[in-house]
Amino acid sequence: MPSLLPHDLCHERNASPAPGNPVPVIPNNVSDKILLLPHTHTHKSLIVSSSKQLLAVYPENSLLCRSSCLVGSASCVFSPGPIWEELRATDKQQFRPGAGRIGQREDELKVPRFVGPLGTIIIKCKDFRIIQLDIPGMEECLNIASSIEALSTLDSITLMYPFFYRPMFEVIEDGWHSFLPEQEFELYSSAISEWRLSYVNKEFSVCPSYPPAVIVPKAIDDDALRKVATFRHGGRFPVLSYYHKKNGMVIMRSGQPLTGTNGRRCKEDEKLINATLRAGKRGYIIDTRPLNIAQQARAKGGGFEQEAHYPQWRRIHKSIDRYHILQESLIKLVESCNDQTQNMDRWLSKLEASNWLTHIKEILTTACLAAQCLDREGASILIHGTEGTDSTLQVTSLAQIILEPRSRTIRGFEALIEREWLQAGHPFQQRCAQSAYCNSKQKWESPVFLLFLDCVWQILRQFPCSFEFNENFLIMLFEHAYASQFGTFLGNNESERCKLKLQQKTMSLWSWVNRPSELSKFTNPLFEANNLVIWPSVAPQSLQLWEGIFLRWNRSSKYLDEAYEEMVNIIEYNKELQAKVNLLRRQLAELETEDGVQESP
Amino acid sequence: MEHIRTTKVEQVKLLDRFSTSNKSLTGTLYLTATHLLFIDAHQKETWILHHHIASVEKLALTTSGCPLVIQCKNFRTVHFIVPRERDCHDIYNSLLQLSKQAKYEDLYAFSYNPKQNDAERLRGWELIDLAEEYKRMGVPNSNWQLSDANREYKICETYPRELYVPRIASKPIIVGSSKFRSKGRFPVLSYYHQSKEAAICRCSQPLSGFSARCLEDEHLLQAISKANPANRYMYVMDTRPRLNAMANRAAGKGYENEDNYSNIRFQFVGIENIHVMRSSLQKLLEVNGTKGLSVNDFYSGLESSGWLRHIKAVMDAAIFLAKAIAAESASVLVHCSDGWDRTSQVCSLGSLLLDPYYRTIRGFMVLIEKDWISFGHKFSERCGHLDGDPKEVSPVFTQFLECVWHLTEQFPQAFEFNEAFLLQIHEHIHSCQFGNFIGNCQKEREELKLKEKTYSLWPFLLDDQKKYLNPLYSSQSQKSAVLEPNTVSFNFKFWRNMYHQFDRTLHPRQSVFNIIMNMNEQNKQLEKDIKDLESQIKQRKTKQTDGILSKELLNSVRPESPALKATLSLKEQALLPVNNVLRTIEGSSPAANRYSEYADEFSKAEPAVVSLEYGVARMTC
Repeated sequence: MPSLLPHDLCHERNASPAPGNPVPVIPNNVSDKILLLPHTHTHKSLIVSSSKQLLAVYPENSLLCRSSCLVGSASCVFSPGPIWEELRATDKQQFRPGAGRIGQREDELKVPRFVGPLGTIIIKCKDFRIIQLDIPGMEECLNIASSIEALSTLDSITLMYPFFYRPMFEVIEDGWHSFLPEQEFELYSSAISEWRLSYVNKEFSVCPSYPPAVIVPKAIDDDALRKVATFRHGGRFPVLSYYHKKNGMVIMRSGQPLTGTNGRRCKEDEKLINATLRAGKRGYIIDTRPLNIAQQARAKGGGFEQEAHYPQWRRIHKSIDRYHILQESLIKLVESCNDQTQNMDRWLSKLEASNWLTHIKEILTTACLAAQCLDREGASILIHGTEGTDSTLQVTSLAQIILEPRSRTIRGFEALIEREWLQAGHPFQQRCAQSAYCNSKQKWESPVFLLFLDCVWQILRQFPCSFEFNENFLIMLFEHAYASQFGTFLGNNESERCKLKLQQKTMSLWSWVNRPSELSKFTNPLFEANNLVIWPSVAPQSLQLWEGIFLRWNRSSKYLDEAYEEMVNIIEYNKELQAKVNLLRRQLAELETEDGVQESP
Repeated sequence: MEHIRTTKVEQVKLLDRFSTSNKSLTGTLYLTATHLLFIDAHQKETWILHHHIASVEKLALTTSGCPLVIQCKNFRTVHFIVPRERDCHDIYNSLLQLSKQAKYEDLYAFSYNPKQNDAERLRGWELIDLAEEYKRMGVPNSNWQLSDANREYKICETYPRELYVPRIASKPIIVGSSKFRSKGRFPVLSYYHQSKEAAICRCSQPLSGFSARCLEDEHLLQAISKANPANRYMYVMDTRPRLNAMANRAAGKGYENEDNYSNIRFQFVGIENIHVMRSSLQKLLEVNGTKGLSVNDFYSGLESSGWLRHIKAVMDAAIFLAKAIAAESASVLVHCSDGWDRTSQVCSLGSLLLDPYYRTIRGFMVLIEKDWISFGHKFSERCGHLDGDPKEVSPVFTQFLECVWHLTEQFPQAFEFNEAFLLQIHEHIHSCQFGNFIGNCQKEREELKLKEKTYSLWPFLLDDQKKYLNPLYSSQSQKSAVLEPNTVSFNFKFWRNMYHQFDRTLHPRQSVFNIIMNMNEQNKQLEKDIKDLESQIKQRKTKQTDGILSKELLNSVRPESPALKATLSLKEQALLPVNNVLRTIEGSSPAANRYSEYADEFSKAEPAVVSLEYGVARMTC
């Protein structure tokens, strides 16, 4: 039996549901016959074989998608009689009308004989895994289905797992205090004489999606910031995102300017961003939207910086897609990856039609452009899209991966996520609610963060020795962004997280990750600090489908895992040998000096 | 030499293939008897063997000069701009002549001299001994024997002299059968699976037309079937698509009628012919040579080229073959039309799946010698060594190498060799530097006296073995294992390192593989060092009268505490100069980065419109 994750097991012990939580009904006699069929894979698989361990599903209930797409009646199918057959791919559909999208390996598809009706529950998880439970007994099956459904569609955040999770590990460092803005600012302070930490947003009154502390030009006072906030979408006035120590140039980010149709302007806004320019220098504004979209935005009160008012800035429009376009892309991609029967042409055309890699290329290109402006052109930049909470953050954070060696370390990457995603107000709660299997249109759902992780993975693949973390670290972050026992990714911004009192009531992901025992799993054995700027290739031939995420449950990675282990062994052995050689050399040297001492008198 | 009019042109520009802003290097172009050489201002040399040139094209004159585009068979594409049209024309004409020789004797191999004496050269040719290989497989034995029927190439010119056939198949049966098969290529043994007692046999299509039959041929198939005591029936795999095979019947050829042959199971596997494969590769190269290619164009081009579909078809056929033998112990007869293209692909890949020996460096050489060279895969025609019919050129062997590469991707520890080995072999099927791949069959090679006049590739590869070793190879874990690759579509990927071998900007900047390979090498050296040091210490110790060093210090090295180990390696890394050399960060030097890929326009003075190489950004207002 695959081992359950420690936090799964421990939750089993604390499984008493919260008040008001639906109490799951699990008939004792049934549970032993519950089978988990396909997708028994790696350490995270759950085998549900006894009533006790069915409880182990609860910790993961937050991993499940919502509503009927998951365990709705459509997926709960009953077969009238005994079934015993080696199913072939073609029979699959007949047998389980609701299970059309599951990809199985045929050799594993053996269904033992049961007497009586058999119910099938298909659970589609947010990490793209599909689990199928065959449960004898119609009533039991329905009960389990409704329990799972109820538990996976909790209305209130405070009923979610992080609020009940009790860590079984010793907290060495409280992750809630690992990356305070003040500390991050300290890192820069030696180089920054022109910047200051402002608490203008202390009560979240100036900008609800900003943290209480932001870094702004020293020359601009808080009153001016308040005025600028009224001119920027969502009150997101330009703040410092990254300071390039090499030449003192900066990346700033903000929401779109609210110029509207009559070309409103804001002197303070102009003053603010001009304050970042050196005398005689020009800067770049990267608008992540194409020009026509930016123009359309004016009708809704938004807009872009007019040349006339920002003569020292050159504006470049890129086209990074947003919201439902990205979500549709993800749905198509995952659907295609789950279909093992399609022929080559269909696979390639579906991969193309999903546009996923096009989005990757577009985001990476924009990030490279931003990095290029900074490092090569020696120009400061301001990046924004519409709200400045999605594509803007993809670009600012990836540019830092390219430019800043620290952000390629584990600690630095965590700080980057804390700063550029969590503090910067990426609405995780809205964006990462349901993942790829939801069938109801979710307006705010969008894999913005997953795309960012995928881009990091692409760079990691091209510079496999320049990152302190490995692929598993990125996969882990993806999982926790969508479903977690930790409070880190709850809420849409700092303000919400404060109201939820997450620091007091939940555990931070970083508290768990940054323990040596966990870190070892996420450490790249090939890491060799690389202090240079790393320019990835964005040619389509250089970009690849992230198999570790998208094909994870659809293929065996046994041989790849073994090869990875062998690689680690070689590296370990190398270290061991070097240590031994050094020790022996020292011994020999000692012996030689002793000999010398003995011989000389 | 008579083809070379101009040997040196200065101020030639070499354009970056994928740069839309015409980034270039200026240097000098030289033309030698065997190579085209370009030396740029940084003294970096680009050598192109004339035989590698697939096409030379002169484009329309531009303001900066006359563009010359050279496409190579190893998928290198170079784009020169020659300042004077006259020079360009001279080089163009020379290259046309030099890249397409009319006679075998003008190929590089006949002039290539690696400074070996005759004995060494002969030993090189004897390195791979097919008789030895059949012995390894376990033939001859009670069911299979060596036939002398083709000793003088009388029955089949394109087969080797030595052929293994079922013991009960008499000479008249063989002769009769050969008359009923295209080009006389009657069924013979390709691989014998000792423990299953099953065989892979190969032949060409039967001349069955709509109704013809041949008793001898039927007998021969029965004999093959009977030579396998483990299974009564045998498979006959026609590797062509059913339609093609049916069409062949009208020309008096065709496929076996199941009613006429007892106990055969007939199967089509649908690999397309050489013409389809040629144009498929052509399309693939067109797509991935596009400047500023979008992701969607890349994938739709990949799809419409059909290339990966063909690779999958070859792989699926090989898997079918391996399964028949491994799971059913059934012998399999494989053929296509002539039995030298698709048949070679399927037989060799099938054997590779079944037998771990072929996954070693030497075993892979044997496999190529056996299923490709000796059985008459027409290398010279398929690779276009001479100025011949362009319709005979086809990337059949390239596809085989690509299938092997896909297997190495799925089974990273199953192969003794690495990707560089495959690429090197691919390089040499076209280079004509060695004699192995020259000619179309053994008879022709003997007539060309290749063993006397040229050298064999294999000893040179073996000498360089270090470069081709897979550091992760584990001979133990999969020793007896039959490989069962998964051919779900998503497992097939574009082989960037083959088709963009020379486009360095597209590759990862740091190679895990190289690092591990070096580390493996270093480990061997360290092991040696440890032995040396230990013996030195021992010597000193015995010399010493009072052993001050405690014994435990000597023995404690292996199971040392991790803390001590860490401090040691940290402190004393400086002692080991190798360490630094080993882990230099490739591609992280400022000179090697590809900054200019994203936007070249920045360096120009304030254009009104900012256009970015990879971006769609345009600043219009």
